Amino acid sequence: MRSLTEEETKVVFEKLANYIGRNITFLIDNPTDPHVFRLQKDRVYYISEKISKFATSVSRTQLMSVGVCFGKFTKTGKFRLHITALTYLSQYAKYKVWIKQNGEMPYLYGNHVLKAHIGRMSDDIPEHAGVIVYSMNDIPLGFGVSAKSTNEARNLQPTAIVAFRQGDIGEYLREEDTLFT
Amino acid sequence: MGSRQKPKQGLPPTFEEIQANKERRESKRRGDSDHNNKYPTKKQKNFNNKKNNQPKSKPEKRSKPEKKQKEDIVEDAPDLPQVDLEELSSAKKSLFDDSEEELEQGDEFDVEGEEEFFDSDEEERSRPMFSDDDEDDLENLNAANMEEYSRRLEEEEELEAEEAEKELQESQIQPRAKILPSEEELEAIGSGPQDVTMVRTRMIEIVKVLENFKDLAEEGRSRTEYVNRLLKDISEYFGYSEFLAEKLFNLFSPSEAMEFFEANEIARPVTIRTNTLKTRRRDLAQALVNRGVNLQPIGSWTKVGLQVFDSQVPIGATPEYLAGHYILQAASSFLPVIAMDPQENERVLDMAAAPGGKTTYISALMKNTGCVFANDANKARTKSLIANIHRLGCKNTIVCNYDAREFPKVIGGFDRVLLDAPCSGTGVIAKDESVKVSRTEKDFIQIPHLQKQLLLSAIDSVDANSATGGIIVYSTCSVAVDENESVVDYALRKRPNVKLVETGLQIGKEGFTSYRGKRFNPKLSLTRRYYPHTYNVDGFYVAKFKKIAPSPHDVSKAGAKEKESLARAEAEEEGIINGDFAEFDEDADKSIIEQSVKRNLKRKGINPNGKKSQG
Repeated sequence: MRSLTEEETKVVFEKLANYIGRNITFLIDNPTDPHVFRLQKDRVYYISEKISKFATSVSRTQLMSVGVCFGKFTKTGKFRLHITALTYLSQYAKYKVWIKQNGEMPYLYGNHVLKAHIGRMSDDIPEHAGVIVYSMNDIPLGFGVSAKSTNEARNLQPTAIVAFRQGDIGEYLREEDTLFT
Repeated sequence: MGSRQKPKQGLPPTFEEIQANKERRESKRRGDSDHNNKYPTKKQKNFNNKKNNQPKSKPEKRSKPEKKQKEDIVEDAPDLPQVDLEELSSAKKSLFDDSEEELEQGDEFDVEGEEEFFDSDEEERSRPMFSDDDEDDLENLNAANMEEYSRRLEEEEELEAEEAEKELQESQIQPRAKILPSEEELEAIGSGPQDVTMVRTRMIEIVKVLENFKDLAEEGRSRTEYVNRLLKDISEYFGYSEFLAEKLFNLFSPSEAMEFFEANEIARPVTIRTNTLKTRRRDLAQALVNRGVNLQPIGSWTKVGLQVFDSQVPIGATPEYLAGHYILQAASSFLPVIAMDPQENERVLDMAAAPGGKTTYISALMKNTGCVFANDANKARTKSLIANIHRLGCKNTIVCNYDAREFPKVIGGFDRVLLDAPCSGTGVIAKDESVKVSRTEKDFIQIPHLQKQLLLSAIDSVDANSATGGIIVYSTCSVAVDENESVVDYALRKRPNVKLVETGLQIGKEGFTSYRGKRFNPKLSLTRRYYPHTYNVDGFYVAKFKKIAPSPHDVSKAGAKEKESLARAEAEEEGIINGDFAEFDEDADKSIIEQSVKRNLKRKGINPNGKKSQG
């Protein structure tokens, strides 16, 4: 386990900025309980500094997970966000989409967000921006990328895609084997 | 014959009873006559005399043997009215006269009371004087004789109950049914498959006999024979290995054991635990009810548990489940965490954490503060552990993959440690049927061996000087004593710097302080046992320790391998010293003693044989 290099930090933060924009400062600037990013194997974890110190006593091969996993670096050096980061993403989300009850299950099975299922959405979403998907009673369901800006989306067909799915909480069941090791 | 007839006809009154009745009525009459005597008339005096004479003669008649009594009553009843009729009518008249007079005067007596007395008297007189019918008594019932009457009724009831009991006993004692199969039947049993219902009835019968062995046992059959047959039947009927059936049977009384075995055939209800990090139980229940789930709180002992009766949607795949608002968790596995009672900002270790139900509960109770080490020795199982930790939003966990015996070498000084030890699973047979046949005697030696080492490691990993904690909780999902009380007792012996404390659990039975000749530390009554047939949770065991002083073992840097070899050496040593103080067998020893004497002589350079010949 080690802290991220400058390059890695840049890649991670660029990715995060898509979803939470400037709110990223809340993640790294917490004077009461400072948090840090740590790299273990190819995964990036976000933890309280205190816990990260305890974790140093666990050897690298035996440390399976610590704090919250944000995602992993691919072999080509890109950073891929995991659904496990959703707690923090939803907390600081910039653009939000709410889907109706009838759209919940299709989305949780890994489909994109259709116009017909949209219950509500933030007003100022530009095209290809990171959005967080919620159910109508504000349970975060996943995250994705907007296919159209809010204005354009208003005039879409009911079957048209509004946001491309990138992660949803259904992955806890579908991807259990690959997601966590 | 008599005993059967009596209940049909109604109980004949005993002599005392009849006399008591007589006297009661008489005294009442005397009371009346006292009133009346103020204005005595000739007629009444006569009447009173007559009355007083009559009862005296009756009891004498009654003093015949009980059987005759009934007939007597029948005989007497018709006679009496004839004797009395004349006087009765006259007496009536005089009475009414009196009452009128009295009413007019009405100074000394309460009107109502008098009327009552007169009423009753009148009735008694206008009828045959003594009928023991209840009907009659009921008609005569009033405030004055209520108490008397109820007392009499009680007496009668008592008598009846006594008789019934006697009868019951007789009927029980008489047929000492042959329950155990005869030798020919045994052969038949051995040769082919049996009738299941027959086996079942036989089991029930045997249990009945064992409950009251003195009265019900067949002549010349020993208790062991019954128990052995029952064990065979249990293993046949429920599909246990005979070894395990006996092991479990010995934990309970025969009837309770049957309940236990039957409870193991029924699945426990599905239970879920609310994740208080993300939602509240009321909100969750509402959300699930909206999805067509039928649920209810588990019990008063937990504020986060819900019991699911039936559901229109898969309970493990609802959006609420995926969002981490709840986790499917057996009710029994709440218990060790409730007992541990983790506080905020502590450092806690869960030694065998997968699949994370308890770890996430600990984290939720600590409100994501402090630090939780979740360890599991099985790498494959850490996957589900990590998944649950992330799904439920626990941010204060460190998941590692050590042999738990490596602690405290990895890191020690915890405020609290939870050891939900790997076990034989005899408490969760309903969940995993394979336990019934797969567990052998060897398992009940090896598993406790591991558990003992783990518990010592757990104790050594705790900081005795912790301001808030210093707590170790040991739990298993087994009901076997070898894995529970023995292990805890062992730890108490090996680590005198820990003591057992109250678990703080509202439900549960006390742990055994002695079992089949083994005596444990008396404090073991502070531990708690759970059975499927009593609380409808899985079979479970919880013990809570408090560490009161640091031990020299804390500083030992021994890893799992060293501990294992240490424990083995210790076990061997203990095997010799702590053997059950077997009796000396003089004959067997003699040859050994002789041998060693010879050897010693040889060592000294003396030929033992030569010496013998000399001597």
